[in-house]
Amino acid sequence: MTANVTAETLAAPQEVGHPRAGVPAVRVQQVSQVFERDRPPVLDRVDLTVRPGEFVCLLGASGCGKSTLLNIIAGLTEPTSGTVEVSARRPALMFQEPALLPWLTAAGNVELALRARGVGRAERREEALRLLALVNLEGAGDKRVHELSGGMRQRVALARSLAQDSSVLLMDEPFAALDAITRDVLHLELARVWAEQGLSVVFVTHNVREAVRLGQRVLLMGSRPGRVVREWQVDLPQPRTIESPGVGALAAEITTELHREISRHGR
Amino acid sequence: MAASPVRTDARAGGTRDVEAGLDALDSAPTLPSRPGAGQRFVRIVLPPVVFLAAVVGIWQLAYVAEVKPSYALPSPADVFDVFWSSLTDGSAFEAVWTSLRRGGVGFALSLVIGTALGLAMWWSRWLRAAVGPIVSGLQSLPSVAWVPAAIIWFGLSNAAIYTVVLLGAVPSIANGLLGGLKQVPPLFDRVGRVLGLSTLGRTRHVLLPAALPGYLGGLRQGWAFAWRSLMAAELITYSPQLGQGLGQLLNVGRELSQMSLVITSIALILAVGIAIELLVFAPIERRVLTRRGLTIG
Ligand SMILES: Nc1ncnc2c1ncn2[C@@H]1O[C@H](COP(=O)(O)OP(=O)(O)O)[C@@H](O)[C@H]1O
Ligand SMILES: [Mg+2]
Repeated sequence: MTANVTAETLAAPQEVGHPRAGVPAVRVQQVSQVFERDRPPVLDRVDLTVRPGEFVCLLGASGCGKSTLLNIIAGLTEPTSGTVEVSARRPALMFQEPALLPWLTAAGNVELALRARGVGRAERREEALRLLALVNLEGAGDKRVHELSGGMRQRVALARSLAQDSSVLLMDEPFAALDAITRDVLHLELARVWAEQGLSVVFVTHNVREAVRLGQRVLLMGSRPGRVVREWQVDLPQPRTIESPGVGALAAEITTELHREISRHGR
Repeated sequence: MAASPVRTDARAGGTRDVEAGLDALDSAPTLPSRPGAGQRFVRIVLPPVVFLAAVVGIWQLAYVAEVKPSYALPSPADVFDVFWSSLTDGSAFEAVWTSLRRGGVGFALSLVIGTALGLAMWWSRWLRAAVGPIVSGLQSLPSVAWVPAAIIWFGLSNAAIYTVVLLGAVPSIANGLLGGLKQVPPLFDRVGRVLGLSTLGRTRHVLLPAALPGYLGGLRQGWAFAWRSLMAAELITYSPQLGQGLGQLLNVGRELSQMSLVITSIALILAVGIAIELLVFAPIERRVLTRRGLTIG
């Protein structure tokens, strides 16, 4: 496959040409997680490095430890062993559910993130509305959570994550509960925001096409014990969609590998 | 490949439109505006009025048919006379005010103690294990059972009355708050941690607001228990030094065997209970629940 300069330029402008030699955005070293002593570890000496501005997709069957790994990177779970370094003060994390607080408005949810970051009261409102506009939600600031559709909620959640002003964004199957049409649109939205903001993203999914469509690199996780078993560099031109022929071809290849990995457990 | 930048532009514009279309199609419809005053009257005010009129009608028939002697079953008109004169000579207002003030003070005390207790039971697993069953048990103990003890401790005094009110209301409030806190989805706490809120910040901005519906339920029940306990206490602790509350008014009716006064007192007690419910608790609860989309309004 050929490296595509256009794609790189569109994706992360500050990265043109030279792979960054500096501090990785995320470095996971030899991380293991054991929940129950008498069962194989959920994560077994996982290594993972994300370059600044890189979009990495973490792919694996249900229950292989993707969420566990993401929670460890986010600092919500202490790993049994191993180290995690994150270049950001505190990585932003988006859950599969929008996890919006229902007593707050859309803007109120974003403002809470700003408040936690220490942004002054006067600027919060304006900043929240700016972030909502960034995810195409201008005018929805005063809406209550229950008045929003699933796609809108997930965009508010994205705006709230962006409000954390972290250079590292962790996403745990954020679009898994959405219908295909909405998901397609949100893929475009996310790709745009990622390129504009120069974020480093770890995107967890069990959807192979989604991983190939979004990621610059796709990591396949095996289950029990969970570890990264293979990785693919995605050198397909941006912008791409889930229907792009290159996406389909690479997804087919990865799916074959995924199936092989899963069927290991049936034997 | 050559056409790709053009497609980008088209798609960027297109996304906005598609997204706006999806948002419009998929958002919850705005709820119909509240019905007009006329409609509200027909749907909310009229039914209980009609029902009440029917009850009075049957009562009148029973009186005419002399189901009971008239000292035991006075006519609606007799009761209305007593009711009216209690209004005109101010004794009804005095009794309502005395009881309402006691109820208010007792409820406010219960609110402070019950909230503190609920929070303490939430923070301390040990305390929850130790006091939890007793607090739950107290909820089902009729607080009138405390009246004799309270009188022995405090004599016929306001202190005795407040003791009974507190023992009635505090368990409901503490349990309501604890129940509300227990039902907070763990996901909300994780959101607070991801956003970087401190323990105090998470309590204030996530935990307490999330527990509000359960807490309000507890407050509402706490008020009902406070009011009931107060009536029980007033009915028994009759003493000239203790201003005349509704319960004491009821007791006067009993001692004089004046059924009209007894019915008048009961009607006043009921009216206060309904008024507080309709004017205080129902609006607060409705507001909280509709804001969260937990009720159809
Ligand atoms: N807190 C926990 N205690 C015990 N087992 C857990 C816990 N969290 C996750 N697991 C187990 O770890 C495995 C991986 O879970 P998870 O990371 O959620 O997988 P994924 O996100 O890939 O679907 C599952 O088998 C799950 O049952
Ligand atoms: Mg998961």
